[in-house]
Amino acid sequence: MSGTTLDDYTDRYAQRVHGMAQSEIRALFSVASRPEVVSLAGGNPYTAALPLGDVGEMFAEMLATDGAKALLYGPGQGDVALREAICMVMADSGIDLSSGASPDDVVVTVGAQQALDLLTRVFCDPGDVVIAEGPTYVGALGVFQAAQCQVVHVPVDDEGLIPEALEETLAVLAKAGKRPKFLYTVPTYQNPTGVTLTEARRERVLDICEAADLLVVEDDPYGALGFEGQPPRPLRARRRSGIFYVGTFSKTFAAGLRVGWVLAPPAVRDKIVLATEAAILCPSALAQGAVVRYLTAMPWREQVKTFRELYASRRDALLSALTDYMPAGMRWTKPGGGLFVWAELPEGLDSKAMLPRALQQRVAYVPGTGFYADGSGRGQMRLNFSFPPADRIREGVRRLADVISEQSALSQTFEGAAPRTDDA
Amino acid sequence: MTGEPAAALADARVLILAGGLSYERDVSLRSGRRIADALGELGVHAELADVDASLLSSLAKDPPEAVVFALHGAPGEDGSLRGVLELLGVPYVGPSATSARRAWDKPGAKTLLREAGLATPDWIALPRETFSDLGAAALLDRIAQRMGLPLVVKPSQGGSGLGVQRVTDAADLPAAMMAAFAYGDVALIERFVPGVDVAVSIVDLGEGPVALPAVEIAPKGGEYDYVARYNAGATTWHCPARLSDEVAARVAEVAVAAHTALNLGDLSRVDLMVAEDGTPWFLEANVAPGMTETSLLPHAARAAGIGLGQLLASLVERAIKRH
Repeated sequence: MSGTTLDDYTDRYAQRVHGMAQSEIRALFSVASRPEVVSLAGGNPYTAALPLGDVGEMFAEMLATDGAKALLYGPGQGDVALREAICMVMADSGIDLSSGASPDDVVVTVGAQQALDLLTRVFCDPGDVVIAEGPTYVGALGVFQAAQCQVVHVPVDDEGLIPEALEETLAVLAKAGKRPKFLYTVPTYQNPTGVTLTEARRERVLDICEAADLLVVEDDPYGALGFEGQPPRPLRARRRSGIFYVGTFSKTFAAGLRVGWVLAPPAVRDKIVLATEAAILCPSALAQGAVVRYLTAMPWREQVKTFRELYASRRDALLSALTDYMPAGMRWTKPGGGLFVWAELPEGLDSKAMLPRALQQRVAYVPGTGFYADGSGRGQMRLNFSFPPADRIREGVRRLADVISEQSALSQTFEGAAPRTDDA
Repeated sequence: MTGEPAAALADARVLILAGGLSYERDVSLRSGRRIADALGELGVHAELADVDASLLSSLAKDPPEAVVFALHGAPGEDGSLRGVLELLGVPYVGPSATSARRAWDKPGAKTLLREAGLATPDWIALPRETFSDLGAAALLDRIAQRMGLPLVVKPSQGGSGLGVQRVTDAADLPAAMMAAFAYGDVALIERFVPGVDVAVSIVDLGEGPVALPAVEIAPKGGEYDYVARYNAGATTWHCPARLSDEVAARVAEVAVAAHTALNLGDLSRVDLMVAEDGTPWFLEANVAPGMTETSLLPHAARAAGIGLGQLLASLVERAIKRH
């Protein structure tokens, strides 16, 4: 009798599947979706702030006038009208024709997530090194892991990616004979930290990458969500070559439509189009049509302003609650935009181990470990402020502060309490 | 097995409680769906219900013929919801509120079974306050000295391997204590018995408790933690367990004895460690065993040639009759 794994396909999976597993964090999050729990764990934009009636009419009008096309296959690269509209959106942030951004070089993707997947497919073989901020976007880590890449983190501080640390990392890799495939970065209102790479550092980081002949994947989902004026111009607005710019309508319109894009020079663009056709044939014509109409017929800049103001007030609620309730020893970022605050726990506390306690107190967050490929991040957590209303955010922080204080006391109890091994 | 239980339940509405606010919510929802499907396949009208503020009024307004618990963790296993159903006069499958509460508290169950003459590894259960009052260093030092390593540290209540750690290095003991205390206020520290990890499902269809074939658990990573339990392929199960006939009989006997001593009625799952000398050591008993694709009871039932739906339908029928 040889036993069973209750999975008849165990011996047949591809190598890359072996690293994929359901963790207990996922189990705990199923509780976070209950209404009793204040969830600071999400990353959802607040789509209830959209004029849903108008959006509904827009869809109806699209189907009535253009339904046959909207319900058909389209070009793999994406609808040309949308690619033109995307160039209009990018021009707002400084990426325009003068920096070589043309609709021809845009590939429409199923959210920014697919753009990351395509770039990784096009550039990375198993075992290749990818450099990313530490911490970084969890979804990018998923892509790199599925592609069996080795992720090397470069730390960030309040001014974003630390250039000196990047230089050091590159030197160490060069010494080991490894040539990283690209730097993956979210320079503006980063997920999960909320920090923004400063003006001075942008140039410095680009110089370092250029000198090292390192490609850059610039992921910019939050650039339009600045609370205190315009953020520094994107990296792609500063250099024409060696940078792949990834954008999305998930935060400025609707995450559920899954429409994003990548801007790439022609040769790479062709490879990306072939890769996307192999993967999905073409992006959804219906979703693309909706975005085109949103960008041409609806007051979308006003809508983005509404999102900005709403998130700014919720960020303020989160920051003031943190100041009012959190015990000494806690530190957190003060983002100028985006959706997230990154908090550092008092010495000795473990955000992953503490999560069940927090859920018992009806508050949820994401432990920092999810944002690192190497298991670090136990002392940190990500807090979202875009989805819960301000009063719920305040209540959630109050509950969380109680949990942290209680855990601090417990941690002090057990600090240095390991038995002497020789006696044991 | 009784014949054609589904026919007897042709007009019955069976409510399956799943979800709730416990850490095992996700597992519970999966168990609940599996139970609903298994009963549904036999034509039994089974509905899923979450445990929330609307439950009480819907139970009162439209009482089901019987309730099946797919709730893992409190309040499904700690007896509290069973108590409420008893109050409302709604029949349910499984042990009474009192018995469930007794099994739910692991140190309490161990005490009871040791008194009944069953082997269970030495343990000490301590609330967090004891460590702050007496000093954790001195206390852990003494515990490690007296009980020896390795030790298993777990929350005194709860399941799915959440918060459970095997400690082989004394330096890891404080962190294991912290992890267990994240799930509850009392931690159980138990001597680790090396051997074969088995789970024995017990069912009583009216003729006394019967042990289904023991399932042997061999996690590929060595530890039967949450990841090993709920990721298909992460664990190898052997059913029946690779034990000699003599030891297998002894394991079944001890599991039935534990089930009986704890008065667990319709069904339970008894977790044991079979030491190298063949002694089955009682670890814990579960009153709402998991029913997911990778759970142990459905596996054992299949090995015994019993369909899960058939088994559940018989238990539902019995619960209704008992009422």
